[in-house]
Amino acid sequence: MSLDLPFIWAGLIAFAVLAYVMLDGFDLGVGILFPFVPDKADRDDMMNSVAPVWDGNETWLVLGGGGLFAVFPLAYAVIMPALYAPLIAMLLGLTFRGVAFEFRWRTKRAAFLWDIAFAGGSMIAAFFQGVALGALVQGIPVQGRAYAGGWWDWLTPFSMLTGVALVVGYALLGSTWLIYKTEGKLQAEAYRFAGLTAAATVALIGAASLWTPFLKGSYMARWFVWPQVLYTAPVPLLVTGTAWVLFFGLKRGSALTPFLASLALFALCYVGIGISFYPYIVPNSITIWQAASPDSSLAFLLVGASVLIPMILIYTGYAYWVFRGKVNAHAGGYH
Amino acid sequence: MTAIDLARLQFAFTIGFHIVFPVFSIGLASYLAVLNVLHLTTGRRVFLDLFDYWKRIFAIAFGMGVVSGIVMSYQLGTNWSVYSDKVGPILGPLMGYEVLSAFFLEAGFLGVMLFGRERVGPGLHAFACLMVAFGTFLSAFWILAANSWMQTPAGYAINADGQFVPTNWFAVIFNPSFPYRLVHMVLAAYLTTAFAVGAVGALHLLRDSRDAAARMMFSMAMAMATVVAPIQIAAGDAHGLNTLQYQPAKIAALEGDFETQSPAPLILFGLPNMKTEHTDDAIEIPWLGSLILTHTLGGEIKGLKAFPPSERPYSPLIFWNFRIMVGLGLAMAGLGLWSLYLRWRGRIYDSRWLHRAALLLGPSGFIAVLAGWTTTEAGRQPCTVYGLLRTAQSASPIAAPAVGASLIAFVVVYFMVFAAGVFYILRSMNLPPTVGAHEPPPPGALRASGITPAQAIGGDS
Repeated sequence: MSLDLPFIWAGLIAFAVLAYVMLDGFDLGVGILFPFVPDKADRDDMMNSVAPVWDGNETWLVLGGGGLFAVFPLAYAVIMPALYAPLIAMLLGLTFRGVAFEFRWRTKRAAFLWDIAFAGGSMIAAFFQGVALGALVQGIPVQGRAYAGGWWDWLTPFSMLTGVALVVGYALLGSTWLIYKTEGKLQAEAYRFAGLTAAATVALIGAASLWTPFLKGSYMARWFVWPQVLYTAPVPLLVTGTAWVLFFGLKRGSALTPFLASLALFALCYVGIGISFYPYIVPNSITIWQAASPDSSLAFLLVGASVLIPMILIYTGYAYWVFRGKVNAHAGGYH
Repeated sequence: MTAIDLARLQFAFTIGFHIVFPVFSIGLASYLAVLNVLHLTTGRRVFLDLFDYWKRIFAIAFGMGVVSGIVMSYQLGTNWSVYSDKVGPILGPLMGYEVLSAFFLEAGFLGVMLFGRERVGPGLHAFACLMVAFGTFLSAFWILAANSWMQTPAGYAINADGQFVPTNWFAVIFNPSFPYRLVHMVLAAYLTTAFAVGAVGALHLLRDSRDAAARMMFSMAMAMATVVAPIQIAAGDAHGLNTLQYQPAKIAALEGDFETQSPAPLILFGLPNMKTEHTDDAIEIPWLGSLILTHTLGGEIKGLKAFPPSERPYSPLIFWNFRIMVGLGLAMAGLGLWSLYLRWRGRIYDSRWLHRAALLLGPSGFIAVLAGWTTTEAGRQPCTVYGLLRTAQSASPIAAPAVGASLIAFVVVYFMVFAAGVFYILRSMNLPPTVGAHEPPPPGALRASGITPAQAIGGDS
């Protein structure tokens, strides 16, 4: 029996990163929307809607980073220095917003400071995740087994666009999550945010998608050359269909459809990026097979992952089930 | 300063800030699980009061541990990319197991533990607490396996790309120093938490010696100190013998021994000088060095001069940190014995001097942990993987200004964020622990709770 372990692991890491983007995406989005909701009770509800689950959501980021270290150490060793500044900025943003979940409830005088930390940290983290993604898409120069570019290479118009796009996209996830989890005045506001961010997200997806093929010839070939286009064309078509479901759901006032459609939109864009990348893990420099640890490492971790990941999905699902239903200030947390 | 110095400083700074929080959460998670189960089985109100009291502090400490830990998982790549490439095939899967088995378990049940008691009921709530505690232990297991492998690498080969690759996973995980380090560290976490809890109990006993919750937490903490501190000293001794076998240069540096001697004295205090290769102004006890490290009177202890200068760890740093750790450990054991004596005399809740001493020793565990880690990590130098990969050859190709700028950013942000966190923790500790009635329920209620557990406990909460 010979399994293509690097391929399996590329799929698992991709799944972890997608899980991160979809799950932490909505709780970062809630933070991004904070400044636009002035009422304190509403803000309490917003935070309480994600407080029991945010930590689990963010653990997928640790799995993405730690998993890369474990199974594609060469990619980890190249990507991390290449994206040095955006990653450090993201980590500092996550620090501020992570502690704000607790600190905000421990003070009255300084609560506004932790509101700023929560919103600002969420925006910074989201923006620099988008920048990091854009920088990865546009390519990273490699020499030998190391990053060979400068430390401002990540800063380009394209990475700024992807940075803004991710902030707006997370805000869409956050607002549709709030539609699902809240009621009354806050829900009405969430519908309004969702309409605006949905339109902006779709526009930004379009802009980034049209720009990407011009970054590298290989991307262009993948998306516009016959007959490969037969395999890739369904992605933009599905994006269009999903966007329609999203707008229709918002118009009809459904509670759950907009959130699910937004998640689907993210998943489709993610698949699109995957199509552009494959078989590279660092575009056009390092393939997943070149970056992979030896099979003995991949097999050892796969044994555990195949037992533990289903367990994780079960008890994560259980945690979401326990905290199902609408949040409101009276039935809120322990604070 | 070179980029390497800055990267080392950044790692020391971020891990130093990080480690105090997991240490506290490992201990507190277990303490909370014990309190929860005790409340479930006895139905006594005081355990629930204590649970709610420490739960708030745990939530803050855990949150700070999470955010500072995410930084660690990325910093290996940003600042130590060559190291990451080379050790990834070995250490990556160990950390992968940590994430999969420990982090998700903690995070998945943390929400239920903190917010879900009313939603899931006391039984499942206790289960969630046990899972969080188990997760913190698993986390310690994997990360210490990884760290120990860097100290005493085993079960590996080196491939054509210069990477360490596994040949025997059992040997990788259960490398020679791992069992000792795991025991020493988990006990350290329990002891640190016991002294933090004990200090809070002592503070409130000094204010009101009849406070039921303060009495209970103080009594539990002192019992831990009495039992665990002596075990920790024995575990530390065994760890030291293991280090002597595998990392003799580290032992020479932490003892301040430059000359190889048999019998070797124990240098109590002195000023190790790497340039003159001599420990100045040393206060020595003859034979004791050999007795402690070889358990014989005449055993030979290698001095630093037995190793080439390029292989020597920096003795002054290690020498003093080691003494801080040992000194605090002895003080903790002493307090444990003192509390045992006063418990026997029936004065454990009334001796103000004991309470004052416990309050003073409240932070001792944290300081001892930092000193101990400085000893073992600085003692591993000049290598990242002991004897195989030098620190100078582990760093990222990042220029000094970039590393320096990120270091400054971390320093500024950590001091702001963690100063606030520590302030909130201390403020929570300052609140009185007993809520509502002081007295435990009369024996009749206990029997009743045994007959109809659900209602009795439900009504209690």
